[in-house]
Amino acid sequence: MNIHEYQAKEIFARFGLPVPPGDVATTADQAVKLAEQYGLPVMVKAQVLTGGRGKAGGVKYCTSVADVAEHAEAILGMDIKGHTVGKVQITPALDIAEEYYVGMLIDRNTKRALLMASAEGGVEIEQVAKDNPDAIFKLAIDPRYGLLDHEALTMALKLTNGDIKKARQLALAMQKLYAAFMHADASLAEINPYVFTPAGEGYAIDAKMNLDDNAQFRHPDYEQLRDLDEENAAERQAREAGLSFVKLEGNVGCLVNGAGLAMATMDLVKYYGGKPANFLDIGGSSNPEKVVNALQIILTDPHVKVILFNIFGGITRCDDVANGIIAATESMDISVPIVVRLTGTNEEEARQLLTQTDLVAAETMDAAVQKAIELVS
Amino acid sequence: MAIFVDKNTKVAVQGITGRDGSFHAQQMLEYSDTVVAGVTPGRGGQTFADKVPIFDSMAEAVGQTGANTTVIFVPPFGAAGAIYEAADAGVKLIVCITEGVPTVDMVKVMPYLAERGVRLIGPNCPGLIAPGLCKLGIMPASIVAEGNVGLVSRSGTLTYEVVWQLPSAGLGQSACLGIGGDPVIGTTFLDSIKAFAADPQTEALVMIGEIGGDAEERAAEYIQEHVDIPVVAFIAGQTAPPGKRMGHAGAIVSGGSGTAAEKVKALAAAGIPVAERPKDIVPRLQEIWQR
Repeated sequence: MNIHEYQAKEIFARFGLPVPPGDVATTADQAVKLAEQYGLPVMVKAQVLTGGRGKAGGVKYCTSVADVAEHAEAILGMDIKGHTVGKVQITPALDIAEEYYVGMLIDRNTKRALLMASAEGGVEIEQVAKDNPDAIFKLAIDPRYGLLDHEALTMALKLTNGDIKKARQLALAMQKLYAAFMHADASLAEINPYVFTPAGEGYAIDAKMNLDDNAQFRHPDYEQLRDLDEENAAERQAREAGLSFVKLEGNVGCLVNGAGLAMATMDLVKYYGGKPANFLDIGGSSNPEKVVNALQIILTDPHVKVILFNIFGGITRCDDVANGIIAATESMDISVPIVVRLTGTNEEEARQLLTQTDLVAAETMDAAVQKAIELVS
Repeated sequence: MAIFVDKNTKVAVQGITGRDGSFHAQQMLEYSDTVVAGVTPGRGGQTFADKVPIFDSMAEAVGQTGANTTVIFVPPFGAAGAIYEAADAGVKLIVCITEGVPTVDMVKVMPYLAERGVRLIGPNCPGLIAPGLCKLGIMPASIVAEGNVGLVSRSGTLTYEVVWQLPSAGLGQSACLGIGGDPVIGTTFLDSIKAFAADPQTEALVMIGEIGGDAEERAAEYIQEHVDIPVVAFIAGQTAPPGKRMGHAGAIVSGGSGTAAEKVKALAAAGIPVAERPKDIVPRLQEIWQR
């Protein structure tokens, strides 16, 4: 789950990172009130779950109340890469002398949290990684001991070119970021930039955090961090039904058991010249209720012209799965054709069952995909 | 001789009284007589399927039955705990089937396992089946046959799809291994490929990868330099949009890296044929495999 800047800042502050004050507004009036409360100048920052806000005009420096009103008005409702801005954050604008990047993510190869830091703050780290990879320092943190004082300070001194006062602040920020990352079950946490004022005070003025969906059971408060406006209706319905679903732009609705096979099915639709409408992993069950939920989610998309079931029945028997699909489709009013491919234990019996219905049975994955594409045109 | 298991493998099942645990323990028992113990705290003293003793803890299970391997079916909030317990009890191979384990839990588990010399397969994986020897996990026994092809994959049903096609070419498997779809897993592609390359029974290898991370690229590099047996690969997820998790927690293209295209390119550069469709895997293997 991705969360907004202001939410990430709240988590950072809880773990002791120096975050300037700030609050969110949903109207220009509220924005002005907050600006008056904090004192000018302030920043007006679009809260959307995507990068590149600054370039899109979603982040503005304001020296007057009139500025704040004007920019808040313009930014609220603005579209940034397909995301509509519903909230802006108002925060005092600091004098900035230096900018750094401090980030943390899960490194699959070392199987550890990886600290990354760079003196080239304020720009996207992916860009720095491409243009000047040597400017990024990395350290995989041993979870038994955490980020040790000397490890953090050594890296920080490299960043500040030996300025010990700044290095101590940066090192502490790194350790606090690590604590936040591990305790909050993050998959990504970034401070970009971490700034120093001309007086040498350090602040985390921007924050980004992605949280591990698998860990939500021990963070019941995370559910209220979810921005329902950023989710489309089908994705929300799928999440609530416990199904893995991703909407795509095509017209072949796909219901597949298993994530790998689901991806391979989408790829095969493309291979034969069609366009998949979605990714959907229905899991191993033949439960008609689950099939009904999945069909309802797929059919919320009016572009879907055909539905393709691709089920590999391993331990689950195919005739059971076929009965589940038949029960589900008969209980619903579906106007698009449905192609069903079932392979595995009892597949003959399953196809026998399907021939007594309007469902189109296919023997192989390739045949099913080709039939589905034919039925679109 | 397969990989990671042999005729001395003795299996405990953690979570044997749960819905999934009991179903799959039964399937494992039917396939081979290697399940020697079950563990569910509070159910010690009972028996499973009239023959397998159930214990309250892994320490008791190992002490009384000599189990050296475990298969974990406990829910996500208890999965890491079950892994620590198994490692502490002295088993050398842990297969964690559980899907939805927090990544931070796995990060913390890893040094504990390394210190004790314990191999972990998974989590979020279908496990391992060595046809004719034993089955650890949930792979359907009905579709496998003993032979000389090793399969390693990040997914379950996509692997079955490929296994399903082998008999038509007269091919069986030395072992099928699902390493799991999470970002942090115990046994990687690289570990599996090293094991298959060292296994005299394995004469050819199929690697089924997907988007996310760079494990396939690392494997490709290793294969090019160190592996003499023929290898064919398949990569799922070329139509996956960036930034979206495709079911598996680890199947995500982030920051422009981990794409299917990058993986296909790296594999091809290492001289490994990449099948365009699942059904092309067996023909591609036959092209390069002079038996």
